[in-house]
Amino acid sequence: MNGLLKFITCGSVDDGKSTLIGHMLYDAKLIYTDQEKALELESKVGSCEGGLDYSLLLDGLMAEREQGITIDVAYRYFTTERRSFIVADTPGHEEYTRNMAVGASFAELAVILVDAGKGILPQTRRHARICRFMGIRDFIFALNKMDLIHYNKNIFLKIEKDIKKLAVDLELDHITVIPVSATEGDNVTVRSDKMPWYQGKTLLSCLEETVVSGTGQEGLEQVLSGTGQEGLEQVLSGAGQEGLEQTVSSGQTASAQPEPGFVMPVQRVCRPNHSFRGFQGQIEAGRVAVGDQLTILPSGERAEVSGVLVGDKEAAAAGTGQPVTLTLDREVDVSRGCVLMKEVSLHCGTMFTAMLLWMDDAALVSGRNFYLKLGTRILPATILQIKYQVDIHSGEHLADAALHKNEIGCCDVLVSDKVVFAEFRKYKSLGSFILIDRVTNMTSACGVIEHPLRRAETVTWQTMDVTREFRAGQMNQKPMTIWFTGLSGSGKSTLANALEKRLSTSGKHTMLLDGDNIRLGLNRNLGFTEKDRVENIRRIAEVSRLMNDAGLIVLTSFISPYRSDRDNAGEIIGREDFIEIYVSTPLEECERRDVKGLYKRARQGEIPNFTGISSPYEEPLDPQLRIDTSRHSLEACVDIILEELKKSGRI
Amino acid sequence: MNQLSHLDTLEAEAIYIIREVAAECEKPVMLYSIGKDSSVMLRLAIKAFYPEKPPFPFLHIDTTWKFREMIGFRSRMATEYGLEMLVYTNEEGIRAGINPFDHGAAYTDIMKTQALRQALDHYGFTAAFGGGRRDEEKSRAKERIFSFRNEHHAWDPKNQRPEMWKAYNTRLHQGESMRVFPLSNWTEKDIWQYIRQENIPIVPLYFAKERPVVSREGNIILVDDERMKLLPGEAVERKKVRFRTLGCYPLTGGIESEADTLDLVVAETLSAVSSERTSRVIDHEAAGSMERRKREGYF
Repeated sequence: MNGLLKFITCGSVDDGKSTLIGHMLYDAKLIYTDQEKALELESKVGSCEGGLDYSLLLDGLMAEREQGITIDVAYRYFTTERRSFIVADTPGHEEYTRNMAVGASFAELAVILVDAGKGILPQTRRHARICRFMGIRDFIFALNKMDLIHYNKNIFLKIEKDIKKLAVDLELDHITVIPVSATEGDNVTVRSDKMPWYQGKTLLSCLEETVVSGTGQEGLEQVLSGTGQEGLEQVLSGAGQEGLEQTVSSGQTASAQPEPGFVMPVQRVCRPNHSFRGFQGQIEAGRVAVGDQLTILPSGERAEVSGVLVGDKEAAAAGTGQPVTLTLDREVDVSRGCVLMKEVSLHCGTMFTAMLLWMDDAALVSGRNFYLKLGTRILPATILQIKYQVDIHSGEHLADAALHKNEIGCCDVLVSDKVVFAEFRKYKSLGSFILIDRVTNMTSACGVIEHPLRRAETVTWQTMDVTREFRAGQMNQKPMTIWFTGLSGSGKSTLANALEKRLSTSGKHTMLLDGDNIRLGLNRNLGFTEKDRVENIRRIAEVSRLMNDAGLIVLTSFISPYRSDRDNAGEIIGREDFIEIYVSTPLEECERRDVKGLYKRARQGEIPNFTGISSPYEEPLDPQLRIDTSRHSLEACVDIILEELKKSGRI
Repeated sequence: MNQLSHLDTLEAEAIYIIREVAAECEKPVMLYSIGKDSSVMLRLAIKAFYPEKPPFPFLHIDTTWKFREMIGFRSRMATEYGLEMLVYTNEEGIRAGINPFDHGAAYTDIMKTQALRQALDHYGFTAAFGGGRRDEEKSRAKERIFSFRNEHHAWDPKNQRPEMWKAYNTRLHQGESMRVFPLSNWTEKDIWQYIRQENIPIVPLYFAKERPVVSREGNIILVDDERMKLLPGEAVERKKVRFRTLGCYPLTGGIESEADTLDLVVAETLSAVSSERTSRVIDHEAAGSMERRKREGYF
């Protein structure tokens, strides 16, 4: 037995992925009789004219069967005499690329189907590129539907040539090309007698015999072949300075029988009682034994291994992939997210360059914030800049300010705290991460780390202007000032309050300015003279603009009865970002409400120059929105405003 | 590269998942159905945290129609491992007299699906481990290991979170929850081989023994207590039978077998020609029935 092989099948729509796997399971007698019967029954009502539709064995969701396509990745399990397999059968539609990527992240080998009648399609390239991106090194290209081109050798040779060129372009390490027919079964599990010109292996025997190269060894090899130094080595001078990157390695000179290094991200601390403190995790690479000197990152402290538990059994040592609990000989500061290691080279810092596969419907722009999960750490992170986008077909680097769904791009990433990481090609779990949307919690992207961003390369960040756009991007919103104007009692404050609540529960960053927080503080030296009134509005407008610069959405609620004052405010804030909302509740209604008893006093002549009674209110000529709170409920009013903001692309 | 055996690889993956949940999720619980998959999951939980006890409670949804031997086994395990074992029954369903004989699909919905949702809401669990495996059924084959559920416990198969490498996204809003399936990548054969390798205790119903049964619609049903009413023409027979899956006794068909030791059961499983779900009466419905139930909140 060769243990377990996890592989993926991918390729363009209708290249026959599900059929191929279905046929392999069927041929190898790897499905149960009740499943076989169900398959025969279902095939009769399908489109295969009564022949067996092998894809029905895999397409499990109702929508998939209805539409005859694969939407999400399906996992199948089979065992032959020589090996156990888990196959991830993935969707071919571009729309479902992220589900294909899920399958690729799981696999050690990729079987890419190519329709012999069509040759290499854009989707073939996309999938090959994503597989490579996700860390797959071994590829089998199955040239399917050979039956439809009458098993033509020349067509096969031509496409084989194209595939080899693709392999060079994408730097695919190990490729095998096999001509097959998924429906007829040629070269799937048995050698085809229709293609005597093909002398290679069948697909199944190729799967059984391939020894995958995989990820994870490069890191160890590199340190062992290099000239290591005793103890902690800081590659850069000036250690300890804020934001400075360190490369930490602890190693010995390679010997003839090299003792490989060791890396383990700590998942949790196990503390059943006062006397026991163990560190639990899965060994990412290398071996650990009782007595080993380990370095703890990020602290750099050292300690000796005093005990190793593999599951619930004591052991002298443990190796790659095993779940362990380690105890150390002294009290050290270790918590979830730390990494225990020896004799390897890892980075500890806050900035790195990574390739991203963007998976969200909304495009990624520089400056956006996320939660980033890397190894066992989760922490806030910012995309500093999108350096370039990779053309999925040609591989060219394209300058683009944004990254759209299913696109791959190179980005600089800043995390909020020092984190231990590695190049993806060295250590998969310390070199890969996901980005999680802070509002929806959806997994928006996955990334692989190319290299750390060292001091020399971080100049752009340090000298970079933190602009209004950058701050707004961090908050993932468009700053603006929503200016409510209207008579006393028209409902401005109530409406502004309710709108602010709705905006902030949907993840927006807001600030409400009204009489209470302005009149009593900033403007407390102002009275009600003409001059003071103009100054009052000017200050409010200036503060709003500053808050807009900081990225906030500002809501103001003042009577602001004069057109000239509001025009002035619009000039200060900027016409683009000044949203005037006229709360047009009629005077009679406002007077009927008279919440503070002001109208009554004004009618009795106690308040001079009262707007609407003894002083004019100048209606806006062209407000963005006019809303009468006597005609709609509060919630409906808020809905109307939100609708308008959405329509005009403000939120 | 990875030098581990096939079973060791699966074990390591499951332990990693279980530890991630304990480390990241606010209030986890492990669903315990008393069956063989739950027995394996319990063993993995013990191993994952040793020498600490699993840092979360276990929950059994009791329909009151489980095999009697299952309930005895549940108590034994709880005592032996010192587990916090919560048992939840939909009392409303009991009062309404819902039973598997008269209510069919409604019974499963009320006593299992609804009961589970009630229990999760009652205790406020944010993550629930389940023993589901992707080889069991076609819609399960499509489900993520960390499977997101909205505030109504519903699964949206068309909009699952991408799940990359081992970087599991456990973030939730208030009211939302996760179902977590550490045995996703195990097959029935793996389960049995692991039970043998680890010598894991399982309910004796898995072993063949002479038992009182009746034949009903092609299934062999155990007469487990006096609530089992015989239909006209039915007679209780004694047959040597065992069960490939365990659930509510009136809904679980046994198979005639001579396999009365673990080795024989494993051997029989390895040469099985039909899938284990054939023994579950509720699964004999149209294709897609499982997906429909899961969207409504079934585990």
